[in-house]
Amino acid sequence: MTVAQNHYDAIVVGSGISGGWAAKELTEKGLKVLMLERGRPIEHIKDYPNAFKEAWDYPHRDKPTNQMKKDYPVLSRDYPLNESTFGMWANEQESPYTEVKRYDWFRGYHLGGRSLLWGRQSYRFNELDFEANLKDGIAVDWPIRYKDLAPWYDYAERFAGIAGVRDGLDVLPDGQYLPPVPLNIVEQSVAARLKKAFGGSRHMIHGRCANITQPKPEQNRVGCQYRNKCWLGCPFGGYFSTQSATLPVAMKTGNLTVRPFSIVTQVLYDKNTKKARGVEVLDSETNMTYEFTSNIVFLNASSFNSTWILMNSATDIWQGGLGSSSGELGHNVMDHHLGVGAFGEVEGFDDKYYFGRRPSGFYIPRFRNWGSDKRDYLRGFGYQGSASRQGWSRNVAELSIGADFKDALTQPGPWSIGMGGFGEILPDHSNRIFLDKNRKDKWGLPVLAMDVELKANELKMREDMKQDAIDILQAAGVKNVQGYAGDYGPGMGIHEMGTARMGRDPKTSVLNGNNQVWDAPNVFVTDGACMTSASCVNPSLTYMALTARAANFAVEQLKKGEL
Amino acid sequence: MNRRDLLKMIAAATGMAMVGGELWAAGMKSPDAGKTLYTADDVAMLDEIADTILPQTSSPGAKAAGCGAVMAVLVNDCYSLEHQTLFFAGLKHIKSLSKQQFKQDFMALKPEQKLALLSQLDLEAKKGGTSGLEGSSSLASSKSSDRKGELHYFTLLKQLSLFTFFTSQVGGTEALRYVAVPGKYDGDLPYKKGDKAWAT
Repeated sequence: MTVAQNHYDAIVVGSGISGGWAAKELTEKGLKVLMLERGRPIEHIKDYPNAFKEAWDYPHRDKPTNQMKKDYPVLSRDYPLNESTFGMWANEQESPYTEVKRYDWFRGYHLGGRSLLWGRQSYRFNELDFEANLKDGIAVDWPIRYKDLAPWYDYAERFAGIAGVRDGLDVLPDGQYLPPVPLNIVEQSVAARLKKAFGGSRHMIHGRCANITQPKPEQNRVGCQYRNKCWLGCPFGGYFSTQSATLPVAMKTGNLTVRPFSIVTQVLYDKNTKKARGVEVLDSETNMTYEFTSNIVFLNASSFNSTWILMNSATDIWQGGLGSSSGELGHNVMDHHLGVGAFGEVEGFDDKYYFGRRPSGFYIPRFRNWGSDKRDYLRGFGYQGSASRQGWSRNVAELSIGADFKDALTQPGPWSIGMGGFGEILPDHSNRIFLDKNRKDKWGLPVLAMDVELKANELKMREDMKQDAIDILQAAGVKNVQGYAGDYGPGMGIHEMGTARMGRDPKTSVLNGNNQVWDAPNVFVTDGACMTSASCVNPSLTYMALTARAANFAVEQLKKGEL
Repeated sequence: MNRRDLLKMIAAATGMAMVGGELWAAGMKSPDAGKTLYTADDVAMLDEIADTILPQTSSPGAKAAGCGAVMAVLVNDCYSLEHQTLFFAGLKHIKSLSKQQFKQDFMALKPEQKLALLSQLDLEAKKGGTSGLEGSSSLASSKSSDRKGELHYFTLLKQLSLFTFFTSQVGGTEALRYVAVPGKYDGDLPYKKGDKAWAT
């Protein structure tokens, strides 16, 4: 009886962007799937309590309190700690981790994971991104090329709904787009001036984002209402999330079971078949342990937690866990380094304003070490930014307090434009995570320790990231340009990648070209852990494409009896 | 748009980091934490200060927006001990300045007297000069939090007044313009001087 209840064709661990995709693909192909989520359930629309709130609806006007800062010391290092998304980030007291060096780990432990909170920028890796490691002699070669993933990018974009423009740039391959989120008049003007100033070698284009600019009635999604409140959950289904897009499709098949409050503590490995037979689950509410069995397992628990599960699995065979035979499990942590850019003021548009609040702005694709450009570091960076008129928080230096001051602040100020870089971090064996066996979480499970830092290549790149931003804005006629180089701790990009990389050789990689764990081919890892290099573009779209591709492969293999 | 960088940029450009940013350093609460640090009189005084900075014009002022009470909550719950102390001392200082200059309680001053007193503090704060507050220099510079030199308590008062007013419903919907569900984006909207700014 127990066996019948607890056996599925496939188990998906995690419910974020990649877990949602895995569940959708596998259930649509007819598999009975169990999705395990360590946190609480969140129901689309019903459980978005703050979706219609404004600053005045919060006791502290959306600012974090001292108590919140005390309870969430990591979150308080950057923007995520506020009243509106409170409760949407992992509890740092219950789930601590060890920082050998500073590491900012922003986690979403609830159904939907960070798909509810993500930045939604959606770019494809380019051909060179998949060849760069080989060409540069860095880490290992990707086992796949752009052409392997291109049809899956198409597929993922069509379903998720990506707003953008086909700009025809090699550095940023075009995809399947809905109409773009518009650039405003100032951004259009600066874009035109930029193109002229750099002879067509640098481009300011529409950001490509997973916000739908046309309805998707087949998904019951109304579309973006230009409220710019995406991270509160969108009652209009305006952006792609597990709840708005993949989960409803998976549920509709009748093949999906979702089990919340389920911490997967290990993959159960069968040494006779050399495959996984399922997973062990600790119920986070009852502390009861359960076994669920399946033919295949997809690990989509977020980069570091998927690796944490592997590290805790099959330790009787491999001391370092399943996938550790390569010596690379937990290594090659990457993120995108940021916090560097420039801003300034744009003259000549005092008679222009805008209506609506966009969920995306402009993008400047990588131009460093591209084409004939050659720098004293490897790889490159892109910029994200926007132009807007300054609001009430600006200084009106010439006015004292009182009526005139107030009336001036009720009107928009000068136009500002600003942008920040997202830089590629090279995979480096010494940037790693490992189990801290001396420290336990609320459930008595060993926690992760982070030992990650920026290396010389990234530090050199950051100099360019700042200076190029200044140069670009100045060349485009922006006034009072100021560069900035702010605080960045690894992880702050919330793009943690690596630790179970794909590769061509089981001796140097954890996963093969189909995201299978070399040492247990019915275990697939398709979240950020699988990344062999990081590119400089936001990674989530690539996880979607990799997951759909791997799920398709897994089902084909199952049908052939190969798994 | 890159929200995280934009926030930092705004902070860098406007100095608004002091509201909610690094200057609100995490840490100890005041020894009185848990109690209400402010009396009704204090809230009334905060209302008067905020309303002097942002008075009723063609739109309601800070008092009508209930700024005083929210300022007290924010100072109690979100300010560092350092800034709570500076803020308290600042209120006392304003009371004593009122006595000195006008021989009256601050609350009894005429609007133009309040404006004169606070304008003088605004000028002082802008110049980065001393507040005349004993120990304020060591208070403000005791942590790495103060990047612009000495922090004047009036800077805290002014920023808190602006913040609580423009994030209030009155400020957001009457002093500024607010549309809950825009439904579209127009990036080329004609603007003529005097048109109100959007609340968010």
